[in-house]
Amino acid sequence: MNDLKSGSNLEKVLKAGHFAFTGECGPPKGANVVHLKEKIAHLKGVVDAVNVTDNQTAVVRMSSWAASTIMLHEGVEPNFQMVCRDRNRLAMMSDILGVYAMGVRNMLCLSGDHQRFGNHPEAKNVYDIDSIQLIALVKKMRDEGKFLNDEVIDVPPRIFIGAAANPFAEPFEFRVHRLALKIAAGADFIQTQCIYNMDRFRAFMKRVVDLGLHEKCYILAGVTPMKSVGMAQYMAKQVPGMDVPDSVIARLKGAGKGKAAEEGIKFAIEQIHEFKEMEGVAGVHFMAIEWEHRVAEIAKQAGVLPRPKVD
Amino acid sequence: MIVADRKPLEEILEMIKDANKILLVGCKGCVTVCNVGGTKEVGILASSLKIARKKEGRPLEVDEKTLERQCDPEYVEQIRKSVDQYDAVISMACGVGPQFLSEAYPQQRFLPAVNTTFFGGAVQHGVWSERCAGCGTCVIHFFDGMCPIARCSKSLLHGPCGGSSGGKCEISKEVDCVWDMIVRKKMEQGRLADLATLKPAKDWRTARDGGPRKSVREELVQ
Repeated sequence: MNDLKSGSNLEKVLKAGHFAFTGECGPPKGANVVHLKEKIAHLKGVVDAVNVTDNQTAVVRMSSWAASTIMLHEGVEPNFQMVCRDRNRLAMMSDILGVYAMGVRNMLCLSGDHQRFGNHPEAKNVYDIDSIQLIALVKKMRDEGKFLNDEVIDVPPRIFIGAAANPFAEPFEFRVHRLALKIAAGADFIQTQCIYNMDRFRAFMKRVVDLGLHEKCYILAGVTPMKSVGMAQYMAKQVPGMDVPDSVIARLKGAGKGKAAEEGIKFAIEQIHEFKEMEGVAGVHFMAIEWEHRVAEIAKQAGVLPRPKVD
Repeated sequence: MIVADRKPLEEILEMIKDANKILLVGCKGCVTVCNVGGTKEVGILASSLKIARKKEGRPLEVDEKTLERQCDPEYVEQIRKSVDQYDAVISMACGVGPQFLSEAYPQQRFLPAVNTTFFGGAVQHGVWSERCAGCGTCVIHFFDGMCPIARCSKSLLHGPCGGSSGGKCEISKEVDCVWDMIVRKKMEQGRLADLATLKPAKDWRTARDGGPRKSVREELVQ
């Protein structure tokens, strides 16, 4: 398969037509490598690649590139996340070369949560380029072998380029157009925001399929199991761009005391089953959020194990 | 115009704690329009400072003067005769004012009474809102006269981001999402295709990122 863009496991799985299953792992708030390795171990063999978040929610953590290299050492493929909030174009290109040199082959290009959310709201923000320009930058480095200034790169990075899409942010009608822009910029795969409003997601995917976007890019549907009624209510009210219908909250409440988490998992598994059949969906991005130890059992019940091995 | 907010009285008192006689200089430019540093506000601050210092038992002598503009050497000259009589001079102009004064009178001490905030305008009586970031390369023709550099919290050239909700920015429900406004206007006018092109990375050299800026108009330079 010489026509692979990066040769990453995720790329090979998707290109071979398998239903992909990716995970997520937040680096520690410190240099606790032992804890990080424990979280990674839970995901080994269970997912095709693991997103390594980049100071998510603008809270300082171990750098995503360093955690990605630890993951590589543990035999798990990282999907290195990079946000536009903290780095200018010099730091971005430098880190892209750095992670590639260390063996990283997937990268997710994000705007990043504004620092006002985080634990250093006093910080200066950067936003030298935006997420769509970052996608175009990685593509230029890979396909043209050039830096943003057109200077030639001595050994360009071969990276499988990912981007995020939020089908639930507003204006809803425009979301699919922004997705199209990300694909035009060079995104090879998309991971969506956590999906709870299935009706809205079905409508979004219909637009995606009508425009043929699913043929230009692999779309992975985002799933996060609800752990409690409180979590669902928090996400519904406090997290911008998150769409949690009342019916989902009612379902968790209806499960009875102490059973909301199991109901949340049940809902997630139902979602994965539906995504496997949904036109245009190439896989699931499973964000367990500190529930890495439960991913294997959920994956098993969702029928996505064992993960395919593609040479 | 340039918009500013008055500094807290305590901060100003702290700056002049060693002074017994000061000059308070207002400006009839932007800070008069945004009600922070004109003749009226100079009078109010002068009274407040005097009352506070009287309470402390250390009366303060304050003279008041409001210049046509503090960002113009011609008007800055108007205090030359009196400037040395004071222990310190407080400017109520934007951040330009105390600097022009300081450059004109190197022997005197100049202090700011306001925090200069942004380029904007009054959206209603008593409320000002940012509109321009002074980036040096205007791009608002792409966005129907709305500026994502100044008004998007992330200065995105391809928005709105996933945090846009109900027409508001993810940072606060008090902040409008300019990208929501841009997209809706394009949709209403049937020109959504305008947003289908990729914008290259912005050249920030014309903004503050390229270093302090200067504008030279040769035909006016004598």
